[in-house]
Amino acid sequence: MNTDLIFCMGLALLILGVAVFVVGSREPFPAVVGFVIFGLLVSIAWMCLSAPDVALTEAAIGGGVTGALLLVATARLGDSSKKGQKTKTPMGFHGLVILLCVAVSAGLIAVVLTFPEPAPTLALVALEPLESTGVKNPVTAVLLAYRALDTLLETVVVLLAMAGVWSLAKDSDWSKTPLFGYSPEPGGPLVLLAKVLIPVGVIFGIYMVWTGSDHPGGKFQGAAILAAMGILGLVAGVTSVPAVTNAKLRWLLVLGPAVFLVVGLMGFLSVGYFLAWPPGLSKAVIVLIEVALTPSLALMLGLLVAGPPRQLPTSNS
Amino acid sequence: MSTVLDLLTIVFVSVGVFFFVAGTVGLLRFPDTLTRLHALTKADNLGLGLIVIGLLPRVDSPQDALKLILVWALVLVASSNSSQLIARKVRREES
Amino acid sequence: MTIPTIFGICASLLIGLGLYGIIIQTRVLRKLLAFNLVGTGVFLLFGVIGRRGAGGGLEGDPVVFGLVITGIVVAFSATALAVAILIRLHEETGDDSLVDEPPDEEGR
Repeated sequence: MNTDLIFCMGLALLILGVAVFVVGSREPFPAVVGFVIFGLLVSIAWMCLSAPDVALTEAAIGGGVTGALLLVATARLGDSSKKGQKTKTPMGFHGLVILLCVAVSAGLIAVVLTFPEPAPTLALVALEPLESTGVKNPVTAVLLAYRALDTLLETVVVLLAMAGVWSLAKDSDWSKTPLFGYSPEPGGPLVLLAKVLIPVGVIFGIYMVWTGSDHPGGKFQGAAILAAMGILGLVAGVTSVPAVTNAKLRWLLVLGPAVFLVVGLMGFLSVGYFLAWPPGLSKAVIVLIEVALTPSLALMLGLLVAGPPRQLPTSNS
Repeated sequence: MSTVLDLLTIVFVSVGVFFFVAGTVGLLRFPDTLTRLHALTKADNLGLGLIVIGLLPRVDSPQDALKLILVWALVLVASSNSSQLIARKVRREES
Repeated sequence: MTIPTIFGICASLLIGLGLYGIIIQTRVLRKLLAFNLVGTGVFLLFGVIGRRGAGGGLEGDPVVFGLVITGIVVAFSATALAVAILIRLHEETGDDSLVDEPPDEEGR
């Protein structure tokens, strides 16, 4: 038994323990806090699996931004927490559910223990064109060179999700701004935090995007940090979002996917097929797409947390 | 020289871990929110600081050292702010 | 026992646990949390497969890791949309569970 193995076992047990807490806790608020802790622990697990890019994504999006989203939701749903108590599930049904879940887990464990040897891999195929793209981080190369279609569709999915969230606004609230339905407290400690942290966070987010082509990092992680800074600014009341009808805001949102699409279509002219980068210019094109996508993605992630446009509750203070 | 540095690391990290354990015990044992906050922030900030000091002799480059210190500074800013927010909330509910 | 195996078993248990939460919980927010546990479990399982696919001097299969990053972002978008629908449902009906009858009428 080496120490790495013991550490990973402890980490796996801790993850499972927190997961049990998330499912089992009586109140929603502790469950959400547990979920954020869960996300951070899982990102350490990704480090143990030698996937720093995924670890950064999990910490920033899986734990951080999702956590903020769920905390906002808990706060908004808070009042009904007394009402929605556990209904009695019939004993037989409960047993059946447990049986089903145990069967699913047992089946998956059996699969894990009988993985084929040697493991199938695309690593060598993925490495082959790495040289020609000029990007040193293989994960970034996968995301923007030969699986660029996935990434393009993914940004469109995020955009569509945001359109879906906005479409849930009440008719009377349509011309308002997306806010958490919360009016910031002027002069609170959050204002200081926002003033200290936002400059550092913005630099860090941009660095994360920039370094992503050669080292762990990338546009999603960087955009998530930028989005987090935006959310902090909104909560502290030091930044504001324009109304969703604002044309500039909308153009900024579609800028990233649009640049991606146009550059992809140019592939028809230069090489002959969609999303093909002209030889020799791959790195430049990839960096261009990352730079164009980052502000759009950051805005989308932040606005997804902020929710549909909403009339601020009139505060009398 | 390296033995001295190793010893330094062991001592600082051990003391740091001790503060973490003490803070956790305080978090679990103290009676109300404010004392629990006290246990958490004092012990964890100091604990993390000591661990960072303990790890400094082991970094490869000055950049890595700066990153470690930055991590500590960011945790300090975040935890002092969140304690402020929690404490304000407690006061508002009491009054 | 290797590190991928440990996290493979951990991921399998997470999927089962999350599935239990999705079925048993009555409040939608809790179902969403459980749903995200299942998602994380599936991603971890992917990660284990990716880690085993190490080769060519890489510590894992970058194609799988790329897929997981895409997956995490899409899962977040889906969760955000679900939360928005849930909040709207709550605003319209004052209820945030999927139980037909209000539970307090059944008594405890």
